[in-house]
Amino acid sequence: MRPADLELRSHRFRIEREGDWRRLDALLRKAEGGRLGRLTDTEIMEIPLLYRAVMSSLSVARAISLDASLIAYLEALGTRAYFFVYGTRTNLGERLLSFFRRDWPAAVRSLWRETLICAAILTIAALAGYLLVWRDADWYGAIMPGEMAQGRDPMATTAALRKILYDTHGGDGLSAFATALFTHNAQVSILAFALGFAFCIPTALLVGDNGLSLGALVALYGSRGLGFQICGWLMIHGTTELLATVIAGAAGLKIGWAVIFPGDRSRLDAAAGAARASGTAMAGVVVMLILAGILEGVGRQLITLDWARYAIGGAMLCLWLAYFYLPRPART
Amino acid sequence: MAGALRPKSGPAEPRGRFNRRFVTPEGVDLRLTLGSAGDRAGAFLLDLLIMVAALVILTLLAAWLALSVGEKGGEPVLIIWLLGAFVLRSGYFILFEMSPRAATPGKRALGLRVAARDGGRLTGEAIFVRNAMREIEVFLPLSFLAASSATGDPVQGWVAVLGLTWTGILLFFPLFNRDRLRVGDFVAGTWVVKAPRRALDVDLAREGRNTGPYAFTPDQAAAYGVKELQVLEEVLRRGDKRTLTAVADRIRGKIGWRSSPGETDTAFLAAYYAALRGRLEYRLLFGHRRRDKFDKA
Repeated sequence: MRPADLELRSHRFRIEREGDWRRLDALLRKAEGGRLGRLTDTEIMEIPLLYRAVMSSLSVARAISLDASLIAYLEALGTRAYFFVYGTRTNLGERLLSFFRRDWPAAVRSLWRETLICAAILTIAALAGYLLVWRDADWYGAIMPGEMAQGRDPMATTAALRKILYDTHGGDGLSAFATALFTHNAQVSILAFALGFAFCIPTALLVGDNGLSLGALVALYGSRGLGFQICGWLMIHGTTELLATVIAGAAGLKIGWAVIFPGDRSRLDAAAGAARASGTAMAGVVVMLILAGILEGVGRQLITLDWARYAIGGAMLCLWLAYFYLPRPART
Repeated sequence: MAGALRPKSGPAEPRGRFNRRFVTPEGVDLRLTLGSAGDRAGAFLLDLLIMVAALVILTLLAAWLALSVGEKGGEPVLIIWLLGAFVLRSGYFILFEMSPRAATPGKRALGLRVAARDGGRLTGEAIFVRNAMREIEVFLPLSFLAASSATGDPVQGWVAVLGLTWTGILLFFPLFNRDRLRVGDFVAGTWVVKAPRRALDVDLAREGRNTGPYAFTPDQAAAYGVKELQVLEEVLRRGDKRTLTAVADRIRGKIGWRSSPGETDTAFLAAYYAALRGRLEYRLLFGHRRRDKFDKA
């Protein structure tokens, strides 16, 4: 054979480009190790250029080289670099800022139709629960399982029921109580959201169930002449918590609806599109539930004045509604 | 010539069941490989182990703290434990997948990562949604499982079994679709792809030189095609003695090679690899990609 064949073209090609590849590999390792901050500005500028060089190397290698391991290496390196170059890179602070300033209210606004439906389900269920228990106290046991009632049942004396409303627990263990409430409620609302995927129905049931027990509780207290007081007891945190539940349910409904009726897109695309807004709204729901947990666990136990409870609950509701729905200047 | 009619460099690469076309804005197809169901399950089990271990450590730590601070200071410990458990259950996957590598430790160990199906950015919302769905995929079946074993009431038991069946469908959802999408992936518009770190292997063609005792004639160097070349590459990289001998004998027989004294199998194969690759790459430049030894291109 002729001497020119002694060194393969693909081998020469590799020797010439290898430096770039190794450099990119080293930079990516540094970036992926969570040490993005330690990359200098020049190194950050270098990555896209090296990435393009590797992409071009990959095209050339596929055309001229038969070294399978080389091509596999370039594909793996190119894939990693692609995800870095086109991946998420806004930092957490910026992301949080834009979440609170724009994304969260916008996501909730985009769910307005589903939110209305969920609110309607909750209201109707609450009315139904109220009327059922008002007419016949036996319904209470059917709606409110024993362990959930925690002694709030038709057998209890009026005095005992009143005590629950104004029990201050002496201020002990309140923050732990608030935390427990928050983690429980957050888990339930995430479940309500996730269930939306199963064609909306479980979500609607969960929201309805919430409404039923709410109505039943109010009816029980109402029948003892404590209607005004129970509403204050519920409202101080309930305006925040119920709104969060309604939004979580709405987010679930949106996804379920997109899966059932995808329109002219494919089911996958429709679900992914619906998930974008509802995911943001759900992250917000978790924030709302933290606040609701604090209000319920601490605020309600310390503030026993009915009017103060109403005032706080009402103010929270106004704040949320203003935050979500008040028109604001367009993004510049 | 028959070769001219053949598509020049068409999809000659082997395409597996899990290979997907994925064209970057630069117009290069990255040929992503999806994570198989086994990889995914393995990664999840690994993550579950880590989570359980972390929970055990957290609980022990809380218990130790509670014992050392006594009755009065127990409350902050309880809060820390509650929040820690919540973050672990709901935040573990989300926080890790928001990192630059978009993968939990389990996924990293198996060379997997999460990516947006449309090739765009992987957003925080998508990560949140895909992991919120774990509630119905994993935790709901678990709670039904616990319910079905705990209750003595036969009706409750049957309800739990039905619930378990229904949620089981969600759990095994990845097996029912081609892209191995979990319900969370389906909803969030994501998928899990392989993005392993690979080291650059040595170039075998540099080691085998077509000189000295190993001067193959053009006919000898043209006995095989690309498929055999890549099998040979695999054998050489693996370096298993018995396979090397078997393959060397096979090739010697096929090309009618007469061994010189002192010739080792490894040296022969390395030299033949270089010669075959040289020949095939030379033909490749002229647009002929000889797929295998039966290909007459």
